[in-house]
Formats: sequence, C-alpha cells, structure tokens
Amino acid sequence: MAALARSWATKPGIGLVASVFWIGLAALPLIGSVWESPSFDYYMFMGQSMLIYAISVLGLNLLIGFNGQISLGHSAFFAVGAYTAAILMNFGGIPYWATLPVAAVVCFGAGFLFGFPALKLEGHYLALATFTLAIAVPQLLKHKSIAGWTGGVGGLLLDKPDPPFGLPLTADQWLYYLCLAVAMVLFWIVFNMLRGRSGRAMMAIRDHAMAAGTMGIDTALYKTATFGISAGITGVAGALSAITIAYVAPDSFTLQLSISFLVGLVVGGIASLPGCMIGGAFIVLVQNSSQSISDWMKDTFSLRYDVPAWAIYGTLLLLLMFFLPNGIAGGLAAIRSRLGRKS
Amino acid sequence: MEFFVQQIASGMTSGAIYACVALGLVMIYVSTDHINFAQGEMAMFATYLAWAMIDAGVPYWVAFGSTILVAFFSGLLIQRVILKPLETAPVLALVVCFIALLSIFNALAGMIWSFTIKQFPSPFPRIDIFGNGLVSAQQIGVVAVTLVMLAILTVFFRYTTLGLAMRAAAQNATSARLMGVRVSWMLALGWGLASGIGAIAGMLVAPIVFLDPNMMTGILVYGFAGALVGGIANPLGAVAGGFIVGVLENLVGSYIIGNELKLSFALIMVVGVLLLKPAGIFGRVIVRRV
Repeated sequence: MAALARSWATKPGIGLVASVFWIGLAALPLIGSVWESPSFDYYMFMGQSMLIYAISVLGLNLLIGFNGQISLGHSAFFAVGAYTAAILMNFGGIPYWATLPVAAVVCFGAGFLFGFPALKLEGHYLALATFTLAIAVPQLLKHKSIAGWTGGVGGLLLDKPDPPFGLPLTADQWLYYLCLAVAMVLFWIVFNMLRGRSGRAMMAIRDHAMAAGTMGIDTALYKTATFGISAGITGVAGALSAITIAYVAPDSFTLQLSISFLVGLVVGGIASLPGCMIGGAFIVLVQNSSQSISDWMKDTFSLRYDVPAWAIYGTLLLLLMFFLPNGIAGGLAAIRSRLGRKS
Repeated sequence: MEFFVQQIASGMTSGAIYACVALGLVMIYVSTDHINFAQGEMAMFATYLAWAMIDAGVPYWVAFGSTILVAFFSGLLIQRVILKPLETAPVLALVVCFIALLSIFNALAGMIWSFTIKQFPSPFPRIDIFGNGLVSAQQIGVVAVTLVMLAILTVFFRYTTLGLAMRAAAQNATSARLMGVRVSWMLALGWGLASGIGAIAGMLVAPIVFLDPNMMTGILVYGFAGALVGGIANPLGAVAGGFIVGVLENLVGSYIIGNELKLSFALIMVVGVLLLKPAGIFGRVIVRRV
C-alpha cells in the first residue's frame, strides 16, 4: 500500500490530472443553464452528498488506510460536526460558512480525546471500542438533558442558505460549489500532509509501529493527532451535511452511517485519495438506486419484502475483500501498470 | 428493598442473555483471535428461523433444538467458506468481513420476514414463583438455560477428546497440528459452537424484547462488555462478566443515570475495561514476544 501511495503522489503529471478533475467537477452545474430539467436541482443535491461522503471517507481513509487504526465510530464524529453546525446556526445566529471551521476544531478535539484511550487499543479492540461508540451516540443525542440544544428525538430544522453576492445560482448549485470548495481544500491539505514528513511518519506507524518508534517517531502523538485530524475532517463533512440537508436528527447518525463510510473506503480503495472520491460517489449511487435494485430483485426472485441497501453493501464488501482488496482505485492502478509494462 | 430485589432479578435475567452472547464471542476469540461483530445478527437470524418454524406449527422445543443445529452448521459453513481463505489476511479485511456479514444477515432477515416487530413465544410461564411478585418463572428459566449450557460446555471442553483438541488448537496451533489435530476444522467447530450458543441467546431474549432485525444490536454491545469484563479469553469469566454487566446495568440504569443512557454506560464499561484491565477480571495477561 505504501508503494501505491508513493507511485501516484510523486508522478509528475499528478497536479495536471487533479486540476482537470476538479475543473470538470466545477463545470458540472453549468449544464443546468443549458439543459433545463426540473430534476436538475436534485442532481445537484446528489452531487453535494457525493462530495460530503467523499470528505468523510477521506477522513476515515487517513486513519485506516494511512495510519492503520480501524474505526467503526466515525458516524459519531460526523454527528458531532453536524450538531455543532446546527446548534451554532440555530442558537448562535452564526452564518453557515463560519460553522465549518468550528466543527473542524470541535471534532478534532473530540477525536484527539478519543484517540488517547485508542492508543492502548489495537486492531480488533479499537474496532470494538469505536463500534460501541457508534451504537451509543444516537441514544446520547436523544437524551433529555441536552434536548434543549439538540431538539431531542425530533432534531433541529435549519434554513437553507441562499447564494451570496447576488450570484445567479440556485440554492443547490451554490451549496454544490460550497461542498466542492471545501472538498478541494481538504483533499489538498491531506495530499500535502501525506507527501511530507508527517505523512511518512503515519504510514511508518501503520507498517510497523515499533520500528517507527525506534526511528524516533513519537508514535503516541502521531496516532492521537491522526485520530483528531481524521475526526476533524469527518466533522466538517457532518457540518456540510447539516447545512445542505438543513436538518439534523439523532437517527441519521447510526452505526449504519459508519458502515457506509467503510463501504466507500473499501470500494474506492484503502490508502488511496482518488479512491475517496470514487467511494463517496458510490455510496450515493447505491443509496439512490437501491429502490430500483430492490424492485428488480423483488420481481426476479419473487420476494415479498423490500431488499434493503444493506444487502447490497454487505455483499459488495465481501466480494471486494475477496476479489479486489484494494478497491476500484487499486484495480485501476493494477490495470494501468499491466498495460504500461506491455508497451 | 423490594424494588432493589426486583432489579437484581431482572438484572440476572438480562445478565444470562449477555452471558450467552459473551460466551459465543469467547468461543470465536479463543479459537481464532477474532472479535465477531456479526455474532448478534447471526443470533437474530437464527431466532427468526425458530419463529418461522413455530409459526408453521412445530412444537417449541423441537424448533428450539433444530434451530440450534441449523445455527451450528451455518456457523461451520461461514467459517469454511468465508473466513478460511482469509486466515492470513490483515485485521482490517476481517473486520470488513464481519461488518459485511452483519449487514447481510440484518438485510436478509428484513427481506424474508419484513422489519415489523413480531412476538416470540416463551417456553416458560410468566407466573411468579414465590408469590411475592419478585421473581418470575420466565426469569428463572432463562438463567437456568444459561447455566445448563455452561455446564455442558465445561464438560465438553474438560472431559472429551474433541474438547481437548479444540483447546490445544487454540493454545498452540503448530504443536496441535504436529499431534494430529486438524486445527483448521477446530476453528470451524468453534464458529459452529459460537453460532449455536448465539441462537440460544437470541431465542431467550426474543420473548423479552420482541423479535425484529435490530433486536441484537444493543445486546451485542452488552455481550462485548460482559466478555471484556470477565476476560475475553475465558468462557467461565465471560459468563460471570455477563451476569455482572446485567446486574450493574439494571442498578445503574434505575438508580443513577436512567434508562436512556444505558448504551452509553456500556460504552464506558467497554472503554474502561480495555484501558484499565484489558485482560478482564478472570483473564490472564498475555505477554507478547517481539
């Protein structure tokens, strides 16, 4: 995996490819001005969700893929980010864009604190502790002592922000650009971090913690800091989701949310940044098409009840672990290197 | 005082169920060093099978027995088909597989039997035995089933050749293999046992919490807590841990924090035990050689 990261990160053309990719994404809303379709705003909303999931998967990938710490509890940090944004907007009257850095800081703190006990846990045990965290969080959010702030079971309803400076955009187009800008900044930060000294330290800890310690890397500090940064990134995604959906409720932050991050991570590719984008897009596509897949399966196999999206997620996870353990990004890289060798 | 006794009694009942779940986790942990996140959903699925049989008119105890058998063999099958090829895979791959199994079983149950809540019959009457409203036959029954199962397992592991072979395979796979133990099959057997025990837990808990595809999520977390408190590598400790967690959960829930925070209490227990005494109360500290 380290080889994978090295190969793309140091390739000379990578900056150009990335720029073309981001410009392509930025051009997407312009289709709306040519092709007038009533469902276009909905496609923009899907685009926002894809970017938000991509950011969450980025956070998770930093922790799992590049630092080797397994977390099944990132839905908790996503929730903290979402609630931070919602509470600040609802009670503090703070503009929506200003809540993003606050969410990042709050979630960094939460992740850093959780990272301390996580230091002593490895592999299965860390997965277990974070699994418990993911299950406990919805119940915590519903508790009546904080219901005045969180809205209890009902959650909080927010206002969808309008485009600033009188830009000729619809609200959803503007939010798409907001998500895109945040995603670009975060991917850029992570990309640079991974290329540098701290990224190498993170990967060294993943590959052999003790050897990394012998080489003078402060493993405890790096592990907690990675946990914090990872949680912070996922928290920003949570804040973005609160802003774009304009609603937060405790039951959207269950273990299943963590599992969908994990699906995005595995589908896209462990320890791959482009994989995070693929994974984010994939989660939303499956969620959106799950109804039609379910209908198709009901007709074909004459089932009585709906097929939940989890059936698809679970089956995919298993198949990928067996046939494509490095995800789509890893598969593409393998194909490319095979083609390259032939020519 | 009466309230207190009632809380202890119902704590013992839920403790018995947590003990079953914990026992299943320990079975898999000692033989393969894995923590099975799908344990709860496998138990839930088995309980649905039992429900379907009872619904079709099969007598309770026949359905009970055959469900355990089916669960045993499907556990065996899961190990052979899915986990055996991944024996040398990194931890992440295994965790992903367990999460995949969890999602698949949850979805399958919903697909076949829908997500609506169902009533599950209990073999034990809901009468109260001592006539003072403190302890019901249902509660005694659940605890008794757990203890009987523990006794059977203890006898199996201590006095049968197969049990000895399983312990050998778990403790030192290489030596066991040299002695002619088929280690890989012992792991499969561990999975089968865990799955069967899980099915018992599911069938015991279903009359209390009602049957639905998500019924085991919270219980699994308590099972984890129980296994960790008692020591995840020790069956007897896991059962004791399950009971301890059950009673503590009830007392803390009714006297200190209220029922809404019970899962957070489990979280604190899991993290607390992992931090302060990772080997659990009855566990042995394992020193790893580098």
